[in-house]
Amino acid sequence: MSVAFLIEQLLNGVQFGVMLFLMAAGLTLVFGVMGLINLAHGSLFMLGAFFCSWIAGITGSFWLGLGGGFLAAAAAGALIEMLVIRRLYDRDHLDQVLATFALILIFSELVRWVFGDQPLYLDIPPLLSGALPLPGGGGYPVYRFAIILAGLATALGLYLLIAKTRLGMRIRAGESDREMIGALGVDIRTLYTAVFALGAALAGFAGGMVGALQSVQVGMGEPVLILAFVVIVIGGIGSVKGALIGSVLVGLTDTLGRVFLPQVFKLVLPASEATAVGSALASVAIYLLMAVILAWRPKGLFPVNA
Amino acid sequence: MNKGLRNLAKGAACGAGLLATLGTAQAEELKIGMITTLSGGGSSLGIDVRDGFLLAVKQSGAGDVEVIVEDDARKPDLAKQIADKFIQRDKVDILTGIIWSNLAMAVVPASVRQGVFYISPNAGPSALAGKGCHENYFNVAWQNDNLHEAMGGYVQANGFKKPFILAPNYPAGKDALTGFKRFYEGDLAGEVYTKLGQTDYAAEIAQIREAKPDSIFFFLPGGMGIAFMKQLAQSGLDTAVFGPAFSFDQGILKAVGDAALGVKNTSQWSKDIDNPANKAFVEAFQAEYGRLPSLYASQGYDAANLILAAKGKAGGAGDKAAFRSALKAADFASVRGPFKFAANHHPVQDIYVREVVKEGEVLTNKIVGVGLQDHANAYVGDCKM
Repeated sequence: MSVAFLIEQLLNGVQFGVMLFLMAAGLTLVFGVMGLINLAHGSLFMLGAFFCSWIAGITGSFWLGLGGGFLAAAAAGALIEMLVIRRLYDRDHLDQVLATFALILIFSELVRWVFGDQPLYLDIPPLLSGALPLPGGGGYPVYRFAIILAGLATALGLYLLIAKTRLGMRIRAGESDREMIGALGVDIRTLYTAVFALGAALAGFAGGMVGALQSVQVGMGEPVLILAFVVIVIGGIGSVKGALIGSVLVGLTDTLGRVFLPQVFKLVLPASEATAVGSALASVAIYLLMAVILAWRPKGLFPVNA
Repeated sequence: MNKGLRNLAKGAACGAGLLATLGTAQAEELKIGMITTLSGGGSSLGIDVRDGFLLAVKQSGAGDVEVIVEDDARKPDLAKQIADKFIQRDKVDILTGIIWSNLAMAVVPASVRQGVFYISPNAGPSALAGKGCHENYFNVAWQNDNLHEAMGGYVQANGFKKPFILAPNYPAGKDALTGFKRFYEGDLAGEVYTKLGQTDYAAEIAQIREAKPDSIFFFLPGGMGIAFMKQLAQSGLDTAVFGPAFSFDQGILKAVGDAALGVKNTSQWSKDIDNPANKAFVEAFQAEYGRLPSLYASQGYDAANLILAAKGKAGGAGDKAAFRSALKAADFASVRGPFKFAANHHPVQDIYVREVVKEGEVLTNKIVGVGLQDHANAYVGDCKM
């Protein structure tokens, strides 16, 4: 096993994790600040991807598409917050799950109706095509590097936003005592809409970037949503820092599990059985990780109200 | 008598306006339930099978054949529900349409045991070809291993010594790699099973790079193959790739683009097979739908024509024994040319080697040789009907 191989797989894991972070950050903010379980977060991811590829198809520019996907998801987020989500804050979690699950179905059908059943394809921009050489031979796609950088920049931006700005102060205040900040005269309705739109925009941004790696299709958000929930549970609900650490952990576990578990089994089993057993086990590796972490720290790695 | 009563009831239901589409309840109406994948990453396969099938039914002008189509979204539980509904409520004579082998395994065994015929236009898992074969189950496309066997032989014959092989971890994926290895007997650079429906292949591509193979054989049908080919092209690896036609069929080529040019793939069908039935099919399909047919479309078309021919011969599916032997005779003009069934109800056919070429601006396939001639499958001996 060469060093380049190890580096490449680590990068793959980090890239996957960073992409999950963009999803998980919005989810954890919405859960932490508003106490709302939003299953429709995956639909916003899908929406971002569809708008990105649609706009990129019309204008020929990936960048316009990415911006469009970001804005479209933010707008859709603000809209559903005002129309639907707002009515759910005082209800219990079961009602929220029910309503946001309905939103998944509505968005999926809507997108199918507008864009059709066939997957759309999005090409990566020429600026980011090609591969960068890695030490020890081999190469790594520039586009995946760009995703890692964009994700880390977003994490930094979110940290600054929450730690240093007035909006961030209100978000933190909302997390610890929402009645109090309402009583202090903060317009909590607008704050909630803004936080929800921000989370939606991040999901849409992730959708647009991932769309260029794979195909853009109805239902693409739900598998990512499940992983994003695993991430925020591992990281501690409401904690953006937890979401970042959690998503990189999940990304690395999934990628390295897929690569190394079959190889471990090859030591004791014949090759084709080892690949079958190894890949089956790899697909549950992140859930094992979650179980272990929760057994050790039941509130996640970085609980907000510890 | 019983059937007469049922038809009377059907007529009454029509009159009541409950089922406006049922049409006239004639004595020997043939009812076909099609369960196929019309949404999500595998949708292009199901859409092609459906379109090919409906084209043949339309061409036949048979007014007494009713086809009900439902989308299984590539979910085994959903496919099972639809099958139960088709059998119990709609009382279909024939089920068809399933694309994915894991769905076929969920639906077929229970359905054929209830006396319904299942005509597979695609999925042909080894479990249903060997010990699990059934007199009411016919596969008009291929046994899953077939195309991969031909490619294994081709890779071996062309002097490749270290292929890296990968397929999804589900019945057809296992059949694929088993089939490939049955005819390729050398060493492998690596063997990997991916998740069904996986869209990111970065980890696998890194493994391929590390293993330094002289060729890559992959079976990743539908959107999976598109994602893999796109990501492989981005990674800068330029190892020769081979695959069954599923990875390079008409629907996929458009999305993959020029990266696929020159790739060899194996298929039981190609649009340039020279026979009158095929020429007419390709023309009619283009005229009807405005696109080139894929191998899935040809399979749907053949499945419908097999059913229609058997219906003509046995006078409907009422007499199950007569209908079964009419199906078995396979007295229809297949777009593949001569067609017959092996003892386990899977085709005996030629498997061609095709190359991806450009005709004008359109990427398509051209036959460059025959991989396996009059090929049946490895499971005939295990099947006791």
